[in-house]
Amino acid sequence: MASYSTNEFRSGLKVLLEGDPCSILENEFVKPGKGQAFNRVKFRNLKTGRVWERTFKSGLRLEAADVLEIDMEYLYTDGEFWHFMKTDGSFEQIAAAEATVVDVKNWLKEQEVFEVTLWNDTPISVTPPNFVELEVAETDPGLKGDTAQGATKPATLSTGATIKVPLFVNIGDVLRIDTRKGEYVSRA
Amino acid sequence: MRARLLRTVREFFADREVLEVQTATLAAHAVTDTSIESLRVADGAFLQTSPEYQLKRLLAAGAPSIYQMGPVFRAGEAGRLHNPEFTLLEWYRLGFDEVMLMAEVAELVDLVLGPQPVRILTYRELVGTLTGDRDVLDLACADALAKLGGGRVFVTGYPAEQAALARLDSTNPAVAARFELVVDGVEIANGYHELGDAAELRHRFLDDCAVRLRRGHFCPEIDERFLAAMEAGLPDCAGVALGIDRLLMLKMGASSLADVMPFPGDSA
Repeated sequence: MASYSTNEFRSGLKVLLEGDPCSILENEFVKPGKGQAFNRVKFRNLKTGRVWERTFKSGLRLEAADVLEIDMEYLYTDGEFWHFMKTDGSFEQIAAAEATVVDVKNWLKEQEVFEVTLWNDTPISVTPPNFVELEVAETDPGLKGDTAQGATKPATLSTGATIKVPLFVNIGDVLRIDTRKGEYVSRA
Repeated sequence: MRARLLRTVREFFADREVLEVQTATLAAHAVTDTSIESLRVADGAFLQTSPEYQLKRLLAAGAPSIYQMGPVFRAGEAGRLHNPEFTLLEWYRLGFDEVMLMAEVAELVDLVLGPQPVRILTYRELVGTLTGDRDVLDLACADALAKLGGGRVFVTGYPAEQAALARLDSTNPAVAARFELVVDGVEIANGYHELGDAAELRHRFLDDCAVRLRRGHFCPEIDERFLAAMEAGLPDCAGVALGIDRLLMLKMGASSLADVMPFPGDSA
């Protein structure tokens, strides 16, 4: 297996740290005038999303992680697995376990394209597009003409997610949602 | 800005009658210092990591107080505060000890960056201890420096094991007559009350080599010309090396050396 030395560490490089695949965020070379050289490195753990900071002696090597980020279309769930299909024309499908999609479940819309992170060909995380369009499945009746800013009510979307929406929104409306904040943006 | 800084430095030393000299950038020997690696050219000579040995040979040959400002090279050092080639200002003052030299360093820095008070911290105050595993100490020291925040700090009283080419404190041989200046968390200068004892210097070089060989690293031959000059006699003096690019970076309010070098790193 390939490995990388601290002086090859670059932002975006995928390595194994304590058994988990991580993406390098920052690598700072630290060296006191007459002392040993170190590298202070920030990683994002690709399984948990957490940021780890570690200090290594310069020259240390970390094993490369076989990580691939690819676009895949969400197909369906059978309740146990969530199925995605490659968009490269191969129609190849993979199944993600619940733990992998737990953070993104609210935005999983069929036929929408997501970025799936594969580690050793197994999906470990799914990133939604920044904006998705979803239909309102349930909400209190809309107040016609009420376009005033500020007042909101809860609405349940087709994916099961509940978000705050303005009072004028009706069942069946398609809304544009910012997935990073989980917020209503506009009617689509 | 760089031109103005270089001119300020040269005027500073001209006013004090410190003589500018230029020694060889490419020389037969390399430092044995265990944490500094030299670049070697194809015919076997080394690009100098500091003009220290040659400047001290000049002093031993009867030169007055001298300085050199020019390029030095260090292998494997690249980062926000490091570049394999950089401009080093190094000067030696006859009859000075490290305390007198610290005052002069502070004057130069005041002149370049504007006057500001300087704190003095001992290594023990900074790191919490003088003894322990070298790697652990170095890391603790780097972390402590990073946490110092803004302002100017002289760190003094380095452990005797980190004396490098400084003499030991005459009243407390557990610490070296060595100082570093840290400005806004960035190490700017490293100075010594210079050790002239050739036998002790040889002993330190051999210790360095032993460490290098234990780590499986290359160890350069000991510079016998330097030791012969020390044998002949180094006048009592203090010397300091100051990173010009880092000083310029601080003056410009930049956060990386690359911001103040025309062709940093791989772009050169």
